[in-house]
Amino acid sequence: MTRFDLTRFPKVNAVLRNRWPQFLLRAITLAGFTFTILAGLFGSAVGSHNFAIIFVWIAWWSALKLFFIPFGGRSWCSICPIPMAGEWLQRGGILEPGKKKVGLGKRWPRFLRGNWLQAFGFLMIGLFSAVTLTSAKITAIVLLAIILLSLLLSLIFERRAFCNYLCPIGGFTGLYAQAGPVEVRVKEAEVCAAHSEKLCYDACPWGQYPLALKSSANCGLCMECLRVCPKDNIAVNLRPWGSDLQADTRHNLSEAFLGLVMLASALVDSAIFSGPWGNLKMAAYNIGSRDWFLFAGIFLVAALILLPGFYALCVSWASKLGEKRRTLQKALAHYSQALVPLGLMAWIAFTISFAFVKFAYVLPVIADPLGWGWNLIGLQSKAGVGQSSAFSLILQVIVLAAGLFWTTRVTRRISESNRQSLPLILFSSAFTLGMLWLLIG
Amino acid sequence: MNTNSSNPAKVAPSKLLFFVVVFIAAALLILFIPLPQTASTPTDRTIRIEASRFQFVPGEIHVNPGDKVTVELISQDVVHGLSLDNYDFNLRAEPGQTVTGTFIANQSGVFRFRCSFACGNLHPFMIGKLTVGSNHLLLRGIVLAGLAAVGGFVSMRFGALRLSQGVQ
Repeated sequence: MTRFDLTRFPKVNAVLRNRWPQFLLRAITLAGFTFTILAGLFGSAVGSHNFAIIFVWIAWWSALKLFFIPFGGRSWCSICPIPMAGEWLQRGGILEPGKKKVGLGKRWPRFLRGNWLQAFGFLMIGLFSAVTLTSAKITAIVLLAIILLSLLLSLIFERRAFCNYLCPIGGFTGLYAQAGPVEVRVKEAEVCAAHSEKLCYDACPWGQYPLALKSSANCGLCMECLRVCPKDNIAVNLRPWGSDLQADTRHNLSEAFLGLVMLASALVDSAIFSGPWGNLKMAAYNIGSRDWFLFAGIFLVAALILLPGFYALCVSWASKLGEKRRTLQKALAHYSQALVPLGLMAWIAFTISFAFVKFAYVLPVIADPLGWGWNLIGLQSKAGVGQSSAFSLILQVIVLAAGLFWTTRVTRRISESNRQSLPLILFSSAFTLGMLWLLIG
Repeated sequence: MNTNSSNPAKVAPSKLLFFVVVFIAAALLILFIPLPQTASTPTDRTIRIEASRFQFVPGEIHVNPGDKVTVELISQDVVHGLSLDNYDFNLRAEPGQTVTGTFIANQSGVFRFRCSFACGNLHPFMIGKLTVGSNHLLLRGIVLAGLAAVGGFVSMRFGALRLSQGVQ
């Protein structure tokens, strides 16, 4: 069994085709999103007592990495509330597309396509993470700015311009969705090719044409293609993990850059949030200070020069060991696939180190979401300290080792020979050892 | 030479099973085999830790297994706490005050200690590190990573092992 089409089950098919279940889930996430912004703006200034911090950066951010991406690819994007308002205006209706559509519908500039801006956004999150992740007000302002930017862009550009090209979380989920076990594909290519009306493409908020889909990176699993296809030719498949990472799949340079930024961010976040170095934490926190500029400089040099330089060196070495001639740019893009399982598992390991300890903060903010001394559900209103158990430490080791195992397999699969895969495995091993040292050392 | 293994040769299921069993057994052995601690005579140690927003100084402490450790915690600014993972050890220091507590370092490994009293935005990340004896888990992790890299290579010989292989 290599693919398992969920639409073969009539009940599942009916649920996926019906817009109501998805709409209700999105309504819940929109309500949660709105409450998060209000809690951030008007709740306690102490981050660990505020719903905005605990639910965004501990509950949701952990759920994204531990559940949504590994088991559902871009499934979070299908219920994300951020593009909702813009999408309603663009299609002229809340549940169904209407007649009166709003927006200029311009095409996104060609020179801004790819994952460059998303990678840049993720770099910015890393640079300011010590403040964004701990200040409820800043978190609320960032979320508000994101939703307004998304709305503005949807009024100017066609489809989900913000999600496709700007959203840092979209870049994160898209990159790692290639390793995920869910995909939308056509059932019979011939049926699509013979069908002149491209209703699926017209309906897709992501601008994807299902017949041409080779990667799940840019498919938000919104199911609009499934709903409008008059030939019942869209499948929602469960598939083996990592199916998009193949010797013959096409990748571009911006994916390599995004993958490297993710690796650098995983290292830096592990050092700041799980490490014992108080000076580093303070440097990352005191934005604008001399120490912060030093931190920012080191972070940017590591993320933009050292790690990419080491990667480029390994890719260049690997290229010389093969027979197929590729430009360095194409080789960098081709081998970027190896960064996907490596980064995904590193982020999962970091999340285990981080979230398992901090889950102690979740119940108290449910009881007292604004940090005003309430006790809504009669549970403890004081956060415990949290501890990392021996089990969580061993689990982190296993997850990192599994990531290296998986990456080795992907690297070998996309290489011409064992010998050619060695430089990239050296790169992946060095990164894994770095993560091990930061999390377990 | 093109030995691309996107179409790996068919391998007998018994060989695949043998590989999986050996690999898992080796991984379990690496993770759980008891390792000897370097012998050391337990001593009494007093460690002074200064807590200020949002750091402990020193942030990294090394003791030997069996040591009787007395911690003097002094807070430099606001109220801080010190809670040690996996040890039932907790201190709370008012600003400018020193509190002391003692524990026996009877568990080996690396343990984080954390501020246990909300002291500001970075409070959840105010962390220090206590190493008792050798960090065997890091050593195990390094060896396991080596096994994973070799295992990843070897596993490509088995077409049926499709943990990360999309087959059309």
